[in-house]
Amino acid sequence: MHTRTLAELAAALRDGDFSSEELVGHFLDRIETLDATLNAFVTVTRDQALEAARSADSARADGQAGPLTGLPIAHKDIFCTRGVKTSCGSRMLDNFVSPYDATVVGRLKAAGVVMLGKTNMDEFAMGSSNETSWYGPVRNPWDLNKVPGGSSGGSAAAVAARMAPAATGTDTGGSIRQPAALTNTTGLKPTYGRVSRYGMIAFASSLDQAGTITASAEDAAMLLGAMAGHDPRDSTSAEVPVPDYLEALGQSLSGVRIGLAKEFLDDGLDPGNAAVLEQALKVFRGLGASVEEVSLPNLGLSVPTYYVVAPAECSSNLSRFDGIRFGYRAEDPRDLTDLYKRSRGEGFGAEVKRRIMTGTYVLSAGYYDAYYLKAQRVRQLIAGDFQRVFQDVDLIVGPTTPTPAFDIGAKVDDPVTMYLNDIYTIGVNLAGLPGMSVPCGFVGGLPVGLQIIGNHFDEGRLLNAAYMYQRETDWHHRVPDGFSPESG
Amino acid sequence: MALTRRQVENIANLARLEITEEEIPAFVENLSGIIDLVDQLNAAQTDHVEPMAHPLNMVQPLRDDRVTEIDERDVFQANASQLESGLYLVPKVIE
Repeated sequence: MHTRTLAELAAALRDGDFSSEELVGHFLDRIETLDATLNAFVTVTRDQALEAARSADSARADGQAGPLTGLPIAHKDIFCTRGVKTSCGSRMLDNFVSPYDATVVGRLKAAGVVMLGKTNMDEFAMGSSNETSWYGPVRNPWDLNKVPGGSSGGSAAAVAARMAPAATGTDTGGSIRQPAALTNTTGLKPTYGRVSRYGMIAFASSLDQAGTITASAEDAAMLLGAMAGHDPRDSTSAEVPVPDYLEALGQSLSGVRIGLAKEFLDDGLDPGNAAVLEQALKVFRGLGASVEEVSLPNLGLSVPTYYVVAPAECSSNLSRFDGIRFGYRAEDPRDLTDLYKRSRGEGFGAEVKRRIMTGTYVLSAGYYDAYYLKAQRVRQLIAGDFQRVFQDVDLIVGPTTPTPAFDIGAKVDDPVTMYLNDIYTIGVNLAGLPGMSVPCGFVGGLPVGLQIIGNHFDEGRLLNAAYMYQRETDWHHRVPDGFSPESG
Repeated sequence: MALTRRQVENIANLARLEITEEEIPAFVENLSGIIDLVDQLNAAQTDHVEPMAHPLNMVQPLRDDRVTEIDERDVFQANASQLESGLYLVPKVIE
């Protein structure tokens, strides 16, 4: 049953082919068998999951089931889950049991979705390879020596290996789309403010957005409908009505205008990835869409802009970790300052420290105008480029990543090289736009993703384009060897 | 722009982060690399461009100043390592 999409599993539950308890039990067994190899989960909530599945089955027997009732899902360990450890991939929160549910978690729970467990991630979502996690790296099910991408690497690996039919993720600079591309899964990062950030442990508050990693665009549409919408507990969540995303699927792409940003086709793009992208564009042309070259002249500045804005916000957000009220506390402090400094020094890993220190530097006296204010101005230019292009086209496409998955350990000591891996995804976050990564082929046996970008709150059009592409292609159905139907 | 060891020590202190002697050279090198990367922003022409404070250029809404949360003090304090009579314990700060 694990090779089916969420939509197919929903239909099977509705038709009574199996119970939610059987379905959830099946995925829990897969996690138990496979996760020793992949390390995609920090916590597996077996007992709570089976209990929730039984409740879902009784709700169905009583005629109370909704479209998502009884479907299992994994949550990235950045989402607070009441009564369950919420580590954010950090030693700092290794002992943290959340006293409340994130809005995303609460809404999915209310819709009858069953949580299988919490997925591994880069520490505080800072990373592109899942190697900065306190719990060790996640392995890519397509090649165990490769990274799955990050920061939502555990969610991506879990869905790629079908240990969960779907998972939540968060995307601050590419953390849903990049791992989705590297694991042959479908990643959706909605518009900034589309989904509530309440209870999602903050990294960079003007960029963070919750989304999904699924086996198909249809599955993403199912989940987004339940997750999206205004939340009074997040003052940046948008008061914009949530359309029926499933209803938006299946519309012809005839006459749809797609822009291919020439800045995406730079020297850094692997020729294999470029060839796969060209094939994907052919599919869209075949579906009746037109593809024209467009230009985002300031896109090249998105990485430096991001590495001012994101660390600045991170240094402020992570100042809450003081060792006193919750989280890791250093032993035998000399005084209060020593307690702060050693709790943070011992509780945070190297990459988190680098970002806090970068942020502290760019916000410090004498540098604020030169870095932070300058970056906010360039951010306005980058966002303006996208808005100009969206006057002429409906969607923008490009590669999600410059290359397929790289080796575990290859970039971990070189932060700037690691940062450049997100060169195609970061601009979308700076501009607050929705973006997806859709499986579009393989290079050297490793999957690569097609990135599709829409205008603000245009997730319906974005999902439809991905859905229509997936009706014509079967890349998204492919499962890595060893994680195929035969293996259980 | 290369950062000096002294600058890195000062930043770590401002950020209340203990870093060890052995860690300092790597931080000096890595942070200098990151600052070199962000220095590319100097090339951008940004005269007359408004800084972007919100990704959708929206303003923050206001709400009525009413209590909306319930009291869950005990649940929240359960996450503290050192607690006494409902108070958080810290090293002595006043002699």
